[in-house]
Amino acid sequence: MFSYYLELALRSLKRSPGLTLLMVLAIGFGVSASMTTYSVFRAVSGDPIPWKSSQLFVPQIDMWGPDGRSADGEPPNALDYVDAVALMRDHRAKLQSASYRIAPPVQVPGSRRHPISVSGHAVYSEFFPMLDVPFQYGSGWAVDADTNQAAVVVISGKLNQEMFDGKNSVGKTLDIHGKDYQVVGVLAKWDPQPRFYDVVDTGGFDTNSDDVFIPFTRAIAVNLSNAGNTSCNSNPAEPGFVGMQRSTCTWIEYMAELDSAAAVQKYRDYLNGYALAQKNAGRFNWSPNNRLRDVPAFLDSQHVVPSDTKVSLMVALGLLIVCLVNTVGLLLAKFLRRSSEIGVRRALGAPQAAIYAQFLTEAGIVGLAGGVVGLVFTGVGVFSVGLVLPKDIAALAHVNFSLLLLTLVIAVVSAVLAGLYPTFRASRVQPAWQLKSN
Amino acid sequence: MQIKPILSAMRQHKAGVILIALQIALTLAIVCNALFIIQQRLEHLSEPSGIDEANVFVISNQWASQSTDQETDAKIQADMAALRRLPSVRDASPSDSYPLRGSGWDDYIMLTPEQTEKTTDADVYLGDEHLLDALGIKLIAGRNFRVDEVGRIGSRQNMASPVVIVTKALADRLYPDGSALGKSFYEMSKTPSTIIGIVDRLQNQSVDTWKTAYAYQSVLRPLRQDNADGLYYIVRAKPGQLADAMREVPKALYAQNRMRILDPKDGELSFAEVRKRAYDTDRGMAVLMGIICVVLLAITAAGIVGLTSFWVGQRRRQIGVRRALGATRRDILDYFLTENFLISVGGLAVGLVIAFGINFWMIARFEMARLSLSYVLIGVVVLLLLGQFATLAPALRASRVSPVEATRSV
Repeated sequence: MFSYYLELALRSLKRSPGLTLLMVLAIGFGVSASMTTYSVFRAVSGDPIPWKSSQLFVPQIDMWGPDGRSADGEPPNALDYVDAVALMRDHRAKLQSASYRIAPPVQVPGSRRHPISVSGHAVYSEFFPMLDVPFQYGSGWAVDADTNQAAVVVISGKLNQEMFDGKNSVGKTLDIHGKDYQVVGVLAKWDPQPRFYDVVDTGGFDTNSDDVFIPFTRAIAVNLSNAGNTSCNSNPAEPGFVGMQRSTCTWIEYMAELDSAAAVQKYRDYLNGYALAQKNAGRFNWSPNNRLRDVPAFLDSQHVVPSDTKVSLMVALGLLIVCLVNTVGLLLAKFLRRSSEIGVRRALGAPQAAIYAQFLTEAGIVGLAGGVVGLVFTGVGVFSVGLVLPKDIAALAHVNFSLLLLTLVIAVVSAVLAGLYPTFRASRVQPAWQLKSN
Repeated sequence: MQIKPILSAMRQHKAGVILIALQIALTLAIVCNALFIIQQRLEHLSEPSGIDEANVFVISNQWASQSTDQETDAKIQADMAALRRLPSVRDASPSDSYPLRGSGWDDYIMLTPEQTEKTTDADVYLGDEHLLDALGIKLIAGRNFRVDEVGRIGSRQNMASPVVIVTKALADRLYPDGSALGKSFYEMSKTPSTIIGIVDRLQNQSVDTWKTAYAYQSVLRPLRQDNADGLYYIVRAKPGQLADAMREVPKALYAQNRMRILDPKDGELSFAEVRKRAYDTDRGMAVLMGIICVVLLAITAAGIVGLTSFWVGQRRRQIGVRRALGATRRDILDYFLTENFLISVGGLAVGLVIAFGINFWMIARFEMARLSLSYVLIGVVVLLLLGQFATLAPALRASRVSPVEATRSV
């Protein structure tokens, strides 16, 4: 029976090619606009470490007091040196790492090539296992490298390509900021977006990769100052990077792995205890105002998804709705024009269900055609999204199988939905009326 | 033209009328909000920077070797001397940032030393006595920095300067009566900064939304920053010699000292490029909204053509009867145009409510501004005209229906 309806539908669509084309294009445009903006939205609102994000927590401590809070009472989104080092020393989580952004010049010692400037992070040894950072060669450094301020470095595959022609460089030496470092690990491709371990400096997205990771303690010891965001509620009393470490300026990010609800509660209590101890010691003269959010909640609190992305998606969905209303109108016109045909079929014994099947098949075919057109437009749209959106965000949008499937499904489903009311009207055509007037 | 028969005819095909009206309503709601977004973005990206944009470019200089603060300062001074000697360069100044950089340095500004709440916020530009000329900004009151006033500041240090130049926007914010020159304020410090000069306009280092409240508020301090990592050189080419200067400056800097890094991609940026990057998002949003508006209007117009054509086809006999009873072609044309007009007006009325509804919701969610009435009016006029034009073709076809149709039975 379906093949018969298919034939009927195709014949009917061919009879008025203009109207058919119009419906197909409307659905194609509506679906592709929605899918293109959705691909961007999906990219920026994704979970960068889905298997673990609910176990990774970002602690925030209120070291500035009521004057420094944002309008909604939030403490700063990063830590100062004193608190970050205290949290590291207490070591209350399963794994944890303080980190800050660095941008040192690097070169291969003895090489005649000019040094290049790279971006990287000063981190603790637990950073790598905590974030499941993938390695191509070697591994992160051992805990004693943190305590010994060892001159070791983990480099990205990209930097390894540039400096060591992509060969296994573990054990080789790299000159960073004028000092020699031993390479202990080379990363496989690792580019989590949103950049959840460095939201404060990147705002969430970054086209530049992190090319070097060195021990936090080492970076502090050699005075490698932070290249990321610094926020101060009052000016540091002393100049230079040392003054920065003694100030309440925030420039250090912190992440802790807590793998059970009990561990989270225990850590919360610990943070409160810490803030209270600071109050008792006279460093804070306000009650604890800490935050402890897991990665998704932290990304949300930092408004990582740009509001532009949400507005675009909303406007595109609006376009899809208008296209559907349009399709409802055109299908209605198309179906009712065939009232006499329906009348004849009904008079010859076709039940209402048959009329439903026939016309919904027709709507479905329009939807399918619209979906195919939509696929092409979505491809073009995602491809050219870089022309209108900032590069760091546009680069994340991509076409994959699930997006293509979603495009087709949405097109067919919305066309069938749009066909429901016109089909309902068509099924209600009174055969007697139609036969009489002809 | 009588409206009553049209209205009673509409009652015969309620569904179609409601669908067109709904489509017009939604289109109006989306189009005027989109137009409003476009206008806001265009306005934002055409804000003047106040500097000599045609001739200014920026060097991001990073030191490749470590040195003491004294050595760094000597290197900066040598660089400046070398740059200012170049025939294509008019002037140059070291600085911590430049307008539209995307991020930067801002300080709380207080009117009294005891204040804990900030009076306002301002961007901080460091430079020497050449800073005003290097940027090409105009002094409208007071004087420029003297050579002996230019001091040094270590990296990661923030210190108030006894003399500062401020933008007119900041001067007016602090002293609305226009008496700012010679007065003082406090920049996160207990020592006062005295305003010795006022420049007419200098844009902020970032044009993010949160900065809107502090737009164009900047403090210029006579300080060279001995940042061991690096700093920016703001260079102004002689008129028409930007390309020459941008070619010569990196060469001159490397000739001066090889132990530096000028990133091949971002190490040297003309101000045109800086501006383009700063407003990437705004331009993108405007283009995207524009595309969606055009598609939306095209679809709505096509929908009206489609449904009106159907109605014309459905009523050929009635049209024939009317023509036979003496209605002119003009009457038939007017009938359909009026019908569309009535449907449009109904749809637009609903659309107005939805448009403001969407706008209120966006104000609450995305800090959008209040939709201005003129955009709604533009939307209304555009959609009325669109409806009339879309109806024209099928209506003309209807007017050509011959009275003979009345006598045909099918």
